[in-house]
Amino acid sequence: MRKLNRRQRLLLGLAFSAAFLIIVCVWGILGAEAARATDFSRKNIPPCLQYPFGTDWLGRDMLARTVKGLSMSILIGITAAAVSAVIALLLGIASATMGRAVDSVVSFVIDLIMGVPHILLLILISVALGKGLKGVIIGVAVTHWPSLARLIRAEVLQLKEMPYIKIAVKLGKSRWHIAVKHMLPHLLPQFIVGLVLLFPHAILHESSITFLGFGLSTEQPAIGIVLSEAMKYLATGKWWLALFPGLFLVITVALFYILGQSLRKLLDPGSVHQ
Amino acid sequence: MKLEVKDMSYRYTAKGRQILKNFNLAVDSSERVGLTAPSGYGKTTLCQLLSGYLKPDQGQVLLDGQPLSSYQGYCPVQMVWQHPEFAVNPRLPMREVIHEGDEIEEWVIQGLGIEPDWLRRFPTELSGGELQRFSLARALGKRTRFLIADEISTMLDLITQSQIWHFLLEEVEKRQIGLIAVSHNPELIDRVCTRKIDLRLQGEEK
Repeated sequence: MRKLNRRQRLLLGLAFSAAFLIIVCVWGILGAEAARATDFSRKNIPPCLQYPFGTDWLGRDMLARTVKGLSMSILIGITAAAVSAVIALLLGIASATMGRAVDSVVSFVIDLIMGVPHILLLILISVALGKGLKGVIIGVAVTHWPSLARLIRAEVLQLKEMPYIKIAVKLGKSRWHIAVKHMLPHLLPQFIVGLVLLFPHAILHESSITFLGFGLSTEQPAIGIVLSEAMKYLATGKWWLALFPGLFLVITVALFYILGQSLRKLLDPGSVHQ
Repeated sequence: MKLEVKDMSYRYTAKGRQILKNFNLAVDSSERVGLTAPSGYGKTTLCQLLSGYLKPDQGQVLLDGQPLSSYQGYCPVQMVWQHPEFAVNPRLPMREVIHEGDEIEEWVIQGLGIEPDWLRRFPTELSGGELQRFSLARALGKRTRFLIADEISTMLDLITQSQIWHFLLEEVEKRQIGLIAVSHNPELIDRVCTRKIDLRLQGEEK
């Protein structure tokens, strides 16, 4: 086989991660019924050919439950991360361009949120909004923007000092022209990569607070619910109930991370025109 | 038109070195003025003050009696920076760089030796000398009345230098654009300019 160069390897990793995540999402949405179907004739079966991930104490197929839970987590993660990234973009730009007062307020809020452990804030917000899907999504969205906002703010501050931006001002170009033509092409890669790297965080936090019982309700087979239910049966030797969902959660998070890192390397300014 | 500086002082930080003190200068748009001084005498600082990139601590830059800061939109005093690689956005194709200027005429692009093929490229795909031609073309817009050239030809070979200066002299003569040129090369200043100013002497006068 021909040796692949760095770019091709990255593209391969990117395509593989994206394909895996999309398949999990679609499968989870289509297989919602299978994840809830109980059958007492097949209770507590360890992993075998027919049920690769085994079945639980109600005879539910763990493979279907794992996939459904992951797809739920991924969708929540994507929604929350997207909202979070948009907040980060707006506040980051506002902080860098709208004067010292706005800057100090935004910077203070960033420090405040970063100073408190995420999980604590998440639990607070999620419980205050009545748990459930809405609470989790808003909780994750509100707590995850500061690091990206800080990155974008720094980038805009740096761009503002570049000679070509100053020259554009002297050439009578409008703020809008400068923002769209000069700043956006520099911010976009940062933004996309930041967005993708927010996914794993969002997914992990979503599953953690659901696992702790402050997130989704038990009727929804989110990965956190599957894991927390499995805890009760671990002591009786049913290891497969926790192992496979846990393993796949880690794999999903790792794949999102690879996706983000590959994107970052591909969008690197040095390799833009290759 | 007349570009005037009256009693101008400037330092970068409140307790920093006094770069310019009670500096006076008047340039007519029919003139070509050469600025010389060793490194660190504030040539580039003066250029940036004259073209409005920096605000003087004291005194004013006047264009036809009006403060330069009162000109909204396109600034009639355009400066060409010493380092062209920082003066163009690396993410913008060269065609866009030209478009940023004020209706750049075709003969300016040709006169500066810009090949049509270069317009499709990105700044990283051109050399410093090639980029400098774009910076020059961009600064030679319709409404430009004064051109401030801060060591624009240091990175060019002699043949290209002479080609660009020939074109520039012809152009500023034809359009009555005032030229303020900075260079370390005294022969170049002698050839190009109608008047010479040494910032060292300005310093001794105070």
